[in-house]
Amino acid sequence: MKTLNCPLNGPRNITEFAYGGEVEKMPAPDAGAHDWAAYVFIEKNTRGVVREWWMHLPTSYWFIADRNTESNEVIATYPADEIFIEKTGFTGDG
Amino acid sequence: MPFGLLKYGLNRRYPKDPLYGKPKSLKPSYDVVIIGAGGHGLAAAYYLAKDYGITDIAVLDKGYLAGGNTARNTAIIRSNYLTPEGVQFYDESVRLYQGLSKDLDFNILYSERGHLTLAHTDAAIRTARWRAEVNKHLGVNSELILPDRIAELCPELSLAEDVRYPILGALYHAPGAIARHDAVAWTYARAAAALGVEIHTETEVTGIQIENGRAVGVETKAGTISCGRVLQAVAGMSSVVAKMAGLELPIRSIPLQACVTEPVKPFLDPIIVSGSLHVYVSQSDRGELVMGGSVDPYPLYSTRSTLEFKEELMMHMLELFPFIGNLRVLRQWAGIADMTPDFSPVMGATPVKNYYIDSGWGTWGFKATPVCGKRMAESVATGIVPDVLLPFALERFFRFEQVGERGAASVGH
Repeated sequence: MKTLNCPLNGPRNITEFAYGGEVEKMPAPDAGAHDWAAYVFIEKNTRGVVREWWMHLPTSYWFIADRNTESNEVIATYPADEIFIEKTGFTGDG
Repeated sequence: MPFGLLKYGLNRRYPKDPLYGKPKSLKPSYDVVIIGAGGHGLAAAYYLAKDYGITDIAVLDKGYLAGGNTARNTAIIRSNYLTPEGVQFYDESVRLYQGLSKDLDFNILYSERGHLTLAHTDAAIRTARWRAEVNKHLGVNSELILPDRIAELCPELSLAEDVRYPILGALYHAPGAIARHDAVAWTYARAAAALGVEIHTETEVTGIQIENGRAVGVETKAGTISCGRVLQAVAGMSSVVAKMAGLELPIRSIPLQACVTEPVKPFLDPIIVSGSLHVYVSQSDRGELVMGGSVDPYPLYSTRSTLEFKEELMMHMLELFPFIGNLRVLRQWAGIADMTPDFSPVMGATPVKNYYIDSGWGTWGFKATPVCGKRMAESVATGIVPDVLLPFALERFFRFEQVGERGAASVGH
């Protein structure tokens, strides 16, 4: 059984988690169709150590994992706010 | 051959018939370099030589002949897809497969079994009916059948109603078949080599040389070669090789696992598939049950096996065939599948001139081997991508024209 160490819930069976893709910089809302298509569809699909999103399904908790995609070794897991330190600029008037 | 049998039957020194003569070292230059000596790459080499007279070709592979996904699939051949683009494409493939043993004088053990896609929900019945109508419209033999007919075609299948997912109906595709997957690659390798194509295995490509947006050469562990055109056909490693040419693809590399049981007497004629249960199973000529499930839940460049896969697969297999509970699993393996967001391949020309790509084959590449080889050969030889491949172009993701293929196997719909 492969386990993943959830920063909120501790080590759990990997079947409790959903993979959320590599961490990538989101384009600006007005970046244009091409950049958005690339962001949504094109994958880096890195062979090696990757920083990626995971979610613990029972608690809907999203976090980041550094994982080696050749050996499947999970190097570290940590809360997303360790790398997303800037606040997003939503104004709340939409 | 009776005479050969008499002469060599009791002799230890049976002469091994090589598929093709081992080529000497790499030449400094070729007209076409094909990266990947699997079914697709070898088929493309063969059709380039046969249909277009281009024989100055090197097929390179980092491993042995057809040791990637050509050796790791479950050998199912069918054309009962959902999208008209998909149906037409795979129908051409099925027709090429049907004549392949005869055309290339090599028995690929093509065995037409009939193919049943089980439906366990109203939604699945609707999709089956949709697929049947699209198929019929394009001249492909598919129909929606109900449990009474399923019982006639496959009496061994449990049609019990008191199970978690009772069978409500099925999409029946009579031309569905299986073939000896290795033999498909071998026949193309032999035929291509006979026409002058060089097959260099254990020759890993380490770089692509590009000048002014044009592919001009390939760097390998055995030296650098210049070439007119390059075709990449390396399912599982598509992103890694494409990156050498500066390309990024809409592909995630995700393992797909499969297994076979010990051989038993023949009891299962048709190929049984269930999208809802994520199961597909057929009985090989040797009597083994060849089984596969859904792709793994996350990307990985490793062909390791997991217990979760077997648990989930067997749970559903036992619901369909309760009496196989005592069968033992003989072998298990995994291949790395190129998964695209719309479950369709990525084929044709690329933004790099003279660099062609054959990728995104996910869980459905084996059945496309002949048509893919033929049509990629046409693209490479003429420089014009044929109509049948255009819907699968890489640019479709930037035009928002995905080919949503819900007829693909081993993926949730």
